[in-house]
Amino acid sequence: MSTHPTTDGGGTQDQDVAVVVESVVKHFGEVEALRGFSADIRYGRLTGLVGPDGAGKTTLMRIMTGLLVPNGGRVTLAGFDVVEDNDAIHIASGYMPQRFGLYEDLSVMENMRLYAQLRGMDADQNTDIFRSLLDFTRLGPFTTRLAGKLSGGMKQKLGLACALMAKPRVLLLDEPSVGVDPVSRQDLWRMVQALTDDGMAVVWSTAYLDEAERCESVLLLNEGKLEFDGPPQELTDRIKQRSFRLTGVSDERRAVLSQALDLGTVGDGVIQGDAVRVVLRADAGRAEIGALADEVGAILEPVQPRFEDAFIDLLGGGPGGTSALAERMHAVELDSDIAVSCRDLTKCFGDFTATDKVSFEVQKGEIFGLLGPNGAGKSTTFKMLCGLLKPTEGEAHVVGHDLRRATGAAKSQLGYMAQKFSLYGLLSVRQNLEFSAGVYGLEGASKSQRIDEMIETFELQQYLSTSPDSLPLGYKQRLALACALMHRPPVLFLDEPTSGVDPITRREFWTHINGLVRKGVTVMVTTHFMDEAEYCDRVAMMYRARLIALDTPDALKRVSRSDAHPDPTMEDAFIHLVESADLDDEARANAKVAA
Amino acid sequence: MNSETLEIRAGAAPGERASHNFDGRRLIALVRKESLQAIRDPSTILIAFVLPVVLLFLFAYAVSLDVREVRIGVVLESDGVTAQSLAAAFAGTRYLKVTPARDRREVADQVVSGKLRGFVVIPQDFERRLASQLPQPLVQVITDGSQPNTANFVSNYAQGVVQTWGAGRSAGVPTAAIQLEPRFWFNAELESRRALVPGAIAIVMTIIGTMLTALVVAREWERGTMEAVLSTPASVLEILIGKLLPYFALGMIATLGSAALAVFVFDVPLRGSLLALLTLSAVFLIPALGQGLLISALTKNQFLASQIALFSGFLPSFLLSGFLFEIDAMPVPIQTITFLIPARYFVSSLQTVFLAGDVWSVFLPNLAAMAAIGVFFFAIAKRKTLKNLES
Repeated sequence: MSTHPTTDGGGTQDQDVAVVVESVVKHFGEVEALRGFSADIRYGRLTGLVGPDGAGKTTLMRIMTGLLVPNGGRVTLAGFDVVEDNDAIHIASGYMPQRFGLYEDLSVMENMRLYAQLRGMDADQNTDIFRSLLDFTRLGPFTTRLAGKLSGGMKQKLGLACALMAKPRVLLLDEPSVGVDPVSRQDLWRMVQALTDDGMAVVWSTAYLDEAERCESVLLLNEGKLEFDGPPQELTDRIKQRSFRLTGVSDERRAVLSQALDLGTVGDGVIQGDAVRVVLRADAGRAEIGALADEVGAILEPVQPRFEDAFIDLLGGGPGGTSALAERMHAVELDSDIAVSCRDLTKCFGDFTATDKVSFEVQKGEIFGLLGPNGAGKSTTFKMLCGLLKPTEGEAHVVGHDLRRATGAAKSQLGYMAQKFSLYGLLSVRQNLEFSAGVYGLEGASKSQRIDEMIETFELQQYLSTSPDSLPLGYKQRLALACALMHRPPVLFLDEPTSGVDPITRREFWTHINGLVRKGVTVMVTTHFMDEAEYCDRVAMMYRARLIALDTPDALKRVSRSDAHPDPTMEDAFIHLVESADLDDEARANAKVAA
Repeated sequence: MNSETLEIRAGAAPGERASHNFDGRRLIALVRKESLQAIRDPSTILIAFVLPVVLLFLFAYAVSLDVREVRIGVVLESDGVTAQSLAAAFAGTRYLKVTPARDRREVADQVVSGKLRGFVVIPQDFERRLASQLPQPLVQVITDGSQPNTANFVSNYAQGVVQTWGAGRSAGVPTAAIQLEPRFWFNAELESRRALVPGAIAIVMTIIGTMLTALVVAREWERGTMEAVLSTPASVLEILIGKLLPYFALGMIATLGSAALAVFVFDVPLRGSLLALLTLSAVFLIPALGQGLLISALTKNQFLASQIALFSGFLPSFLLSGFLFEIDAMPVPIQTITFLIPARYFVSSLQTVFLAGDVWSVFLPNLAAMAAIGVFFFAIAKRKTLKNLES
């Protein structure tokens, strides 16, 4: 068998084509993961495999790397058929699975040597390759550190180094940016850029739509279908002159968004700091939105379309702006204007400080965001505030109740929605609702009335006897929200509420949250979607257990404005803040040395 | 195409050598990785070295199948001298601890509450019965049937005491022409420790072979490292052997350690050769590792793997291998099942090699049976572990 595919293995193919996907079909039992589409991936290019969770990205990745066999159609990589020439695929491709595929008990060097040897490279004869990979990934100083002790960003770089052993011609990265802070993500873009400049084909799968804009070419997947194939610009060009920003509405922005979304001509809308951003439907004209702008005294200005705008448009637009849930909620009355507060909140696990003297106050009816890279301490802070962890030092209050002394009273005043929804898969939807009503002490008539209300509001009737596991994602989220709100808490805690959720479901979720906030509910939220931070009134940025910034999204963005970034995004702001925090630390360390 | 691209394409060249089905260097790399992981993971050390020591001590000291000082009551309803001398005979044995009583109701309550394991009634008309020529029972023995083994022992032993006492009364007069003098071979003192400790080695090996292997393979699936390794040119055979060799070595080291403990600490003689012991252990590891591998190939989840290993590996080895419970005493259907348990062959071989010596006529069929079960497990495990993620 020849291993030189480009001359005789692939036959009719174009020299530039790295991967050919021909009407590929894959199903797992009843579930159709890939529904038959074709696409080409080229050398010397960064190709984004973009789509929400469950779109089929990982399935396609695994087929390309020979780990899954398609049920129909054909895939070739570097001219080799992924099924028939399986062995050759493993040589021609480098694959970094989710979570990077590293052995945590092995050191950086041992991981690299292992993958080098598995890919048929003699580590001792290839010291120059090792050195260049270590330089490239800047892991040189950490060769003896165990992989389990590396930060998310460093793990990702090590995973990349391992996948790059023996110089693959096609590099497949499955969600490389999950669990990695924006600064490390920036580094990864730089490295991938260098690789594609050398002629390698790099496939980068991601659920973050903003990442798609940085790819040279994009395969946009949704529910196993290919929705778009081409440069991202081409997709955003389709909705040219349909994106607008309404500014000057800061106090009323949630009401304005809600009104805008209820207009027939508006397909999609989000809050962006103090402004509202809307996308009009195709051929809609700006008359209606213009009228609304005049009515509320806002300034309407056209803005650059984003990839996410185009994606939502492609799927037929987002949900409307009225939350049936919020309509039913009574306005929240509190004795004080401060809903949540903490002072010098500190949590140590052994000699590791997870949260270091964090203080802030959250006003009633505010959306307060906690942002930060993994391991920055945001989850720890969050858990102390909802009474799940005992602070080592400092104090925290929820609606006036001291969390150290009156944990029970404080807990009854808050609703908590944990990551991944935390519903009981073995109970039916109705039983889940009954359980959460019972656990919050609702009884008798008020209990059944409240449950019926939730069922009606969230349209759960048709699913009452099914298991939450088999619900569509959007309904799962509704159910989780219903459970957290059963006792009508004045404060709602949301821990990464929209991770793993498609953009349309996310919008529906924020419609509810915006509605609740307008009724006076206070919302505390952690998120790693930077653009979601825009929904918050104020954002607390955490880094290395400390609070490095606390301000409105717009103010944070303003600080990071520079010539290079005249209109910075939340992500730019984040990178800027983290880098200046690092510089401060360095300066302090140097000062200490000098003294 | 520019020149860099060509250079990268040429980069596939070192891979060409690697596309053989089996490559020694890849295997060495995998074995090295696995060994480093095993050494650095505290739970491996715990399972491989601490657990065996604890188990051996438990079986050597805490668990005893020997019956000593069983508490019984002796109800003396007769005031006669002969009756009293029989009661004294009961009190005098070292296997029974006697609570004397005059009324059977006193002791009956204590049997119900579990304080006594049974009682012997020496009836009022004991002397008359003794003198009578008619074959009628002399004493009545009541035992606690909720503990059948002890109950059996009490009733047999009580009969023995009565007979010995009877023989002693007619001392000088030979009561029987033939005298029985029992000899227990292999374990002259009939100490259960000597049979239990070799059996416990089989349990330890099952834990290391089956449980540890099932866990470490499942862990690779859980952590996503299996996916990364499968995407390299390494073949399934290399991955499996690379996984097994270190645990095979670990199992052998644990065997040697356990044998040393048995001989030097627990005074269990090793009458056979070390070579025989190691051969037996090595062959037993084939089904043990094969089973572990099969479990992990089927579950890919550490929790499930450990549960299945417990129920399909550890418990059968414990209950059905003849280690604690004699196979001959089991009902026939259960006896048939024991033939499928590799530990059955290993336990009997171990007891032979420790207590009897190198009896190859016992070892050879056992070795053949263990190897056959092992090959069976491996064949399925190999079929179930594909070079991809389909399942």
